[in-house]
Amino acid sequence: MPPAGGETKPAAPAAPPAAAPPKPAAAVPPKAPAAGPPKEAPPKPEPLDNELVKRYRSRFGNAIREAWLDRKQAILVVDRGQLVEIAKYSRDEEKFDMLTDLTAVDWPKREKRFDIILNLYSFVKNERLRLKVHAGENEPVPSVTGVWGVANWLEREAFDMFGIHFEGHPNLTRILLPEEWQGHPLRKDYDILTQDTAWVRENLGIESGQ
Amino acid sequence: MNALIEFFRPHLLPLLYALVIVAVLPLIVGYIVLVERKVMADMQARLGPMRVGPHGLLQPIADAVKLLIKEDIIPENADKMLFWAAPLISVTAALLALAAMPIGPKFQIADLNIGLLFILGISSMGIFGIVLGGWASNSHYSLLGALRSAAQLVSYETAAGMALISGLLLAGTLSMHRIVEIQAGAGVWFMFLAPVGFFIYLVASIAETNRAPFDLPEAESELVAGYMTEYSGFRWSLYFLAEYVNMIVVGSIATTIFLGGWLRPFPNVNALNFLDAFPPLLMLVLAGYCFYRTPKQPVKVQKGFLAAVGLLCLALAGVLGVVLAPAAAAFKTPVHGTFWFLLKVFLYLYVFMWLRFTLPRYRFDQLMKLGWHFMLPVAIVNVMAIAVALVLHRPREAGGLDWGLGASLLVSNAGTLIVAAYLAAVGQRRASPVVGGA
Amino acid sequence: MADTRTTSFPNVETTVLGADEIVINMGPQHPSTHGVLRVKLKLDGEKVVNSECVIGYLHRGVEKIAEHRSYQQFAPYVDRMDYVAAVSNGLGYCEAVEKLLGAEAPPRARVIRTILTELQRIASHLLWLGTHALDIGALTPLFYCFREREEILKIFEKYCGARLTTHAFRIGGLQYEAYDELEKDVERFCKDFEHKIAEYEDLLTQNRIWLGRTKGIGVLTAQQAIDLGVTGPVLRASGVKWDIRKAMPYAAYDQYKFEIPTGRNGDTYDRYLVRVEEMRQSRLICLQAIQNIPAGPIMARIGKVLKPPVGEVYHSIEAPKGELGYYIVSDATIQPYRVRIRPPSFVNLQAFDTMVRGHLVADVVAIIGTIDIVLGEVDR
Repeated sequence: MPPAGGETKPAAPAAPPAAAPPKPAAAVPPKAPAAGPPKEAPPKPEPLDNELVKRYRSRFGNAIREAWLDRKQAILVVDRGQLVEIAKYSRDEEKFDMLTDLTAVDWPKREKRFDIILNLYSFVKNERLRLKVHAGENEPVPSVTGVWGVANWLEREAFDMFGIHFEGHPNLTRILLPEEWQGHPLRKDYDILTQDTAWVRENLGIESGQ
Repeated sequence: MNALIEFFRPHLLPLLYALVIVAVLPLIVGYIVLVERKVMADMQARLGPMRVGPHGLLQPIADAVKLLIKEDIIPENADKMLFWAAPLISVTAALLALAAMPIGPKFQIADLNIGLLFILGISSMGIFGIVLGGWASNSHYSLLGALRSAAQLVSYETAAGMALISGLLLAGTLSMHRIVEIQAGAGVWFMFLAPVGFFIYLVASIAETNRAPFDLPEAESELVAGYMTEYSGFRWSLYFLAEYVNMIVVGSIATTIFLGGWLRPFPNVNALNFLDAFPPLLMLVLAGYCFYRTPKQPVKVQKGFLAAVGLLCLALAGVLGVVLAPAAAAFKTPVHGTFWFLLKVFLYLYVFMWLRFTLPRYRFDQLMKLGWHFMLPVAIVNVMAIAVALVLHRPREAGGLDWGLGASLLVSNAGTLIVAAYLAAVGQRRASPVVGGA
Repeated sequence: MADTRTTSFPNVETTVLGADEIVINMGPQHPSTHGVLRVKLKLDGEKVVNSECVIGYLHRGVEKIAEHRSYQQFAPYVDRMDYVAAVSNGLGYCEAVEKLLGAEAPPRARVIRTILTELQRIASHLLWLGTHALDIGALTPLFYCFREREEILKIFEKYCGARLTTHAFRIGGLQYEAYDELEKDVERFCKDFEHKIAEYEDLLTQNRIWLGRTKGIGVLTAQQAIDLGVTGPVLRASGVKWDIRKAMPYAAYDQYKFEIPTGRNGDTYDRYLVRVEEMRQSRLICLQAIQNIPAGPIMARIGKVLKPPVGEVYHSIEAPKGELGYYIVSDATIQPYRVRIRPPSFVNLQAFDTMVRGHLVADVVAIIGTIDIVLGEVDR
């Protein structure tokens, strides 16, 4: 187990990130400074205000919170309450007809710790669009299973791994982990040793040496 | 005492034959399995069993020993009595069917006057073993497999029976021994007189013995092992034995009814008498191959064993050759007849293997459709056509038209084929994909 | 929500026979669930009324592991997801991290990557074809397919020493230079392979039993496929002409000519035809690629310690099974903050229920086979 465990890592600031946070010193090998940064600096995240975003803004107004480009990939942060309407609009009007992926990222130090990320793809435009929704620990997120059938399992996985509650999901149960599993492993404050040590304590009656 | 011996005298030879069959058949089945694995390996660009004995020749023995000493597991919730008895029913029925089979002109346990009927009836009893086994196992897979097996057997038994009737019409008797003799008299195998019947029997017999492409009852990818799922060890091997004995039985039936039983090919053509030299020559070639491979075996034991196999082949060649001498003419027909019979059965089984490794598996409803919508109607039409042909062939004073046998049968078979083509075309049009999706 | 694994079936439909349905459990140890997939089938006779996939038996927490490893350390782990197409997994991951870094592999590395990835696609499809045919009861194609797959694995072994979980690529390019006879080996394989495909097709394509078992089975319309997020050959068999290699070219795919085969009916037979044709196209790509492998370095100058700038990236490739996507979030440390893997098998498997309803038990195995799942990737 590397020294930099999940919860010891500092959480990155809320997007759009301004600067790299200081890294934990323990994780850096001694030679690190010699390696240097890549020659060509990657494009910094830049605010996005093209036709697409304008259309979204004119339709949904303030529900489109932010929009920026990261590595030439468009990202839209949208209001949690209007996610389903925005999803429907994206599918029907903007022709983002396929939900490629739905996942989440945990930022435990932020006020609203979860980013729910929807990766959309449009066959007509050959374009990708990423929708982001912020949600706090106990705030339910509207389910988009009614818009894209694929969201069913993807939302179940996000529920399984992060404990995000999707409102309106037909069958929100654990999918990869067993029913009796404690906790949600992909949360940053879920130490991978917890389950082990608890098992050892319970079944062997000793403290785990790990 | 004398009276007792006198009483048993007529039964001694059949008793001996029965003992030979029961004792040797498991071994033969073992070697059929080996041949099947070798054939499969050859078709699949690999070698097959090579480890136990030279060229895997001892593999069946090793397999048998393994199966016998394996733990005999009976599931907790199984119906123990039935679970125990079911394989016995299967294997008994299969072995019993061989009792009326004329393996050679003299090599027959009992020449029943209802021979064919007896064989069909008894071999159908085997299905009880399968259904009871599937039921007693108390498992979904077993039950589904058993039910499939029963439905399949019933469906194809009818078609097979109808196909055999075409042979019976030509022979006019149910005695297996007589059927072969009539073919000898006619100078032609019934396969050439009723090719459609033979073909239907070939397909139906594959389905009856649950072989690919009709191996649904034990379709591994669907039902694990069908009715045998919960069986292991000795009981499992009994089922296995029954299955292969059943293959031998259907092969023997086909050989007897359609392929001239123990007769040499073209038995009445004197110009082809040189075919009599084929059995010893085949054995000589086998022996020669064994001796050729002997020095190449890696281990001394294997060398010895292969040489022994070669010597055995040489001895068989000797026996088959000696009876050709005029002095031993009385033994020629029995010995050579047995050889030809076994060769034909083997070739018939080879077709089974060939199909098994070539074709995908039918789905259950497709299998049923094929059986009821195509095979059975064609078989019935075939019986009628043969009957008509026989009437055409009958002399005028008996109410027939006095046609030649060949011409009348040509007409009848052509008629059957037309019906078959029509049925196939209709079936093709009617075949609509199963409604899919939700 | 408590007891779903054992009892509840979402969206249960009532049938004519009502209570006479039986629930049969396929897997997780069943010969044709291709690993440890467990399928609960509600049967009406032999007809499937409803199905539920139970997955997760092979869950290893790959995404959690990623957060505890450096970028390079995590690379070998992705090989363990779709372990029959490890090269493709590695390509996707390496390119995603390169994108995150703003770096690009040199042209020579990209061409060699393309060759190996296409060989891997052929190998993966061969494995699929063999096992799929075996599920439907044709025993022999399996051995033919493994014979050719062996040749590809030999090339991998010569290239990087490993056959299955190859870890063939590195972030920024390649670790190993191509060995001397790589072109010759690939060419020889491609030359032979043309006839070998014809051999498989002889056994299956026009076989009436094969047609009967695959035509009209597991139909997925284009609309359903898009709604269920299905990608790869399964989507293309439904008639959607979409391939990431063409739509958003990566590696060196923009340099080569190839066709995207599509189907019309979206049934098992079309998926079979699409995959067979894809093997042909992959062969053509390999032949084109070996004609002209540019000289030059095989590794970009990205440094030994990778600390991508803060930000996130989504990069996906056309893996043999479908769209394999990596969504990586960086917090400018040497370890990724989050790696999300979008596994094609997982998403495609979701379409299983739609495809299987109304079919017979015998078709269930055909449909599981035709989705082409690898449980290592479904469960991660």
